[in-house]
Amino acid sequence: MRGVRHYPGFGAVTAGCLVLLYAPLVVIAVYSFNGSASITQWGGFSWRWYVDVFTGPESGRFGQAAWNSITIALLAATAATVIALSAALAMVRAGSFRGRSATFALVNLPLMVPEIITAVATLIFFTAIGLRTGYLTILIAHITFCIPFAYLPIAARMQGIEGVYEQAARDLYATRWQAFRLILLPLVMPGVVSGYLLAFIISLDDFIITNFVKGAGMETLPTAIFGSVKQGIKPNIMAISTMLLAVSAIFVTLSYFINRVGQRARG
Amino acid sequence: MSAIEIAGVSKSYGAMRALDDVSLTIGGNAFFTLLGPSGCGKTTLLRCIAGFEEVSAGSIRLLGRDIAALAPNERPVNTVFQNYALFPHMTVAENVAFGLRMKGVPEARRRARAARMLEMVHLAELADRMPAQLSGGQQQRVALARALAPEPEVLLLDEPLSALDLKLRQAMRLELKQLQEETGITFVFVTHDQEEALTMSDRIAVMSHGRLQQVGTAREIYESPVNRFVADFIGETNVLPVLVEGVEGGRASVVLPGGARISCPAAGLGPGAHHLSIRPERIGIAAGGPLRATVERVVYLGTDLQLVTRLADGTAVQVRLQNSARTEVPAPGTAIALEPEEGAARLLAD
Amino acid sequence: MAGGAASGGTQGREYRAVALPLLLPAWLVIGIFMVLPVLLMGVYSFLTKEFRGGVIWDFTLAAYDQFFVYRGLFGDEPPTLEWTYITIFWRSIWQAGLATALCLAVGFPTAWFIATRPVRTRTMWLFLITVPYWVNLLIRTVSLKFLIRDNGPLNEGLMALGLIDGPLPLVNTNLAVQLGLFYSYLPFMVLPIYAAVERYDFALSEAAADLYAGRWTTLREIVLPAVRPGIVAGAILVFVPSLGAFLAPDLLGGAKTYMIGSLIDEQFRGSQGNWPFGAAAAMILMTLVLIALILYARAQGRGRPA
Repeated sequence: MRGVRHYPGFGAVTAGCLVLLYAPLVVIAVYSFNGSASITQWGGFSWRWYVDVFTGPESGRFGQAAWNSITIALLAATAATVIALSAALAMVRAGSFRGRSATFALVNLPLMVPEIITAVATLIFFTAIGLRTGYLTILIAHITFCIPFAYLPIAARMQGIEGVYEQAARDLYATRWQAFRLILLPLVMPGVVSGYLLAFIISLDDFIITNFVKGAGMETLPTAIFGSVKQGIKPNIMAISTMLLAVSAIFVTLSYFINRVGQRARG
Repeated sequence: MSAIEIAGVSKSYGAMRALDDVSLTIGGNAFFTLLGPSGCGKTTLLRCIAGFEEVSAGSIRLLGRDIAALAPNERPVNTVFQNYALFPHMTVAENVAFGLRMKGVPEARRRARAARMLEMVHLAELADRMPAQLSGGQQQRVALARALAPEPEVLLLDEPLSALDLKLRQAMRLELKQLQEETGITFVFVTHDQEEALTMSDRIAVMSHGRLQQVGTAREIYESPVNRFVADFIGETNVLPVLVEGVEGGRASVVLPGGARISCPAAGLGPGAHHLSIRPERIGIAAGGPLRATVERVVYLGTDLQLVTRLADGTAVQVRLQNSARTEVPAPGTAIALEPEEGAARLLAD
Repeated sequence: MAGGAASGGTQGREYRAVALPLLLPAWLVIGIFMVLPVLLMGVYSFLTKEFRGGVIWDFTLAAYDQFFVYRGLFGDEPPTLEWTYITIFWRSIWQAGLATALCLAVGFPTAWFIATRPVRTRTMWLFLITVPYWVNLLIRTVSLKFLIRDNGPLNEGLMALGLIDGPLPLVNTNLAVQLGLFYSYLPFMVLPIYAAVERYDFALSEAAADLYAGRWTTLREIVLPAVRPGIVAGAILVFVPSLGAFLAPDLLGGAKTYMIGSLIDEQFRGSQGNWPFGAAAAMILMTLVLIALILYARAQGRGRPA
């Protein structure tokens, strides 16, 4: 007889759940090292498709798409993080004020609205104001939907930092700005980094909205991959996917550990 | 010159009055304590002095200067926070030097001063540690050094000992008092612990429900409480319902429960039903005493014995006896007579 | 007294004084590029379509009429209810509902299992559950398709083991779409339930056991009501994005699994598109989402003691 926390089979379900979550990723990572040109036959371990990604016939297209993706992700994550940090300061530190809950709803709106709706609405908006779809429209759309992803970790972190540290700084002759820069900002930094990394990943990964507002001839990595897999899954796509997968895993792991280190430092 | 003059200060949060018309003068070079139960407004008053709260009415003057318009960083006071609020991302030395850094003191000088402050609180060897690596007592000393380093006119201490264990708390009391005398800085100390207040303070202000109840030295507060709250809150006491028959020449003629009469200072009260306070250690067993009681229980307290007795009208009276070989201890159920010592009985305003 | 993060006193006042400039960027960006576009989309749904894609600014109910009313192939029959699009919407709701149920069936035991691990290992388990979520949804969906193809590793493996004779036809089925949705949004189910179970007071289970309740009775009578807010939150977080999902039905499904996402997407592709109709479909989807959110808010309100 085990304790009330134990339910037979729950562990097995969890294990099955993890297998289900990871099996497709593992399979595609393994097959990306397939030496054979046929995706169904295993032709031994080979870097062939990774080489192909950088030198093959499609390398130019994917290179440009990757460049677009990365620069957009960097810019969008930076802008979203600055906007989110600024909003979090008011939301967490200013106590209660009129419009606070409305602002909370607004900031999180991009999380609540299904992506396809955001995509359609954004396309209509850019068309209506006569802004040509392309790099700029993708960037604007990405900044917008990245804000809540940056906001949530920053606000959560800031909530965990008592106001008394800034009060102590003010008591010791720091100005408002010094109290923010020397005390609050360093303490909230793990949340900022974590928010930045998540926003970066979210931007890098977005397909649906980007696909709507990218305009003709403009590609990011996900839209380029989508265009490619429409004709069937090719080994070079698996290699690109595996690299993207690794980037995501590294970023999320970083974000996880940065947050943990931050928590430990707080005691 | 007095360090702080508080005149008619009130503070409301919506309908709640945290401070209600508090007026108080705190002299220079003094250890001054704000004492009261939690929620009495003592911390709010401290935060008003520091600048973390704005007063709703009244004024606070620091060395004769009205500080209402000054932000916390513009006030020459420093605070030791309840949980110390040491900056977790800075070393001990950086914490201690922070105030000097903000004041623009050159680095070499502030480093020297921080080292000196740490020496003063016996933590010189921990200068490069992070706050999370320190014990509670060590953190407390760092907080003290940090707040004293910029040489404030007034040091505010918000229950700084409450997070420490008993032994450490007792040791820190003496050290704090010594530190105050050495530095000559006025300390304003907030606590709910009456023992802490009595042992350290030059003067004590007792607060309750946002109001000032009594200001005085430890002895005045303990021995001459002005009202029931102060008598009850400071130490233990017996409160007896009595009838004042008449007042003459500042002395009242008082009818005790059971009908016996005694005389005691009138404390400004007129004839009528009042309460009388007698400390348990100032009342003893004496044949022919004015109070007749039955012993209900004897509680062993180590150095002392406590008799729980009851008068005929049901009022409980506690009596402290020294636990010595000569003390005769009445058994439960025994009828005894009790007598307050000379000057021990005090009439209380409600 | 010392106060937590919610700053009162002068600190709160000082931040309130600069709250406007601090909030303005967020308001402007989301207001202009999110709220305004959605409103504009509502306007577009009442405009007239232009044949090469785009709109003519003539107000009409044509888009909604096309969605709900059938007038025959040549528009001359008496109007009846148009079932084509309602069927697509109904299918989407059904698929999203099944995916949600699947997520709950797997997510609850998983969340429970994680929440009952020692504190030190819990974050590691949570981390393992959430990592796949951060991997590109497109890549995850493609990977799943690769895995379950007719001649993919799953079928090949099962055949090699002799468990099946021919490949299981998985791709282009409802099951594949549900699996895709499940795979896409599972962490959304696990996390809120985990949070609820972690707050659950296990002494309640012990009290139930002490009063002769069996394990599963305790689960039904005591645990489920207590963690209901987490379950409802998880359900809504899976259901809403599933409803408008595009990648899973598009890549894993076929003609029979056509869902709202694909329908809307198609209206904005090339010259075949119909922007007002797409906008109208998006508005209807938006309405469904709002209804789900309102139901959610009410369910949460009821789940808590006043």
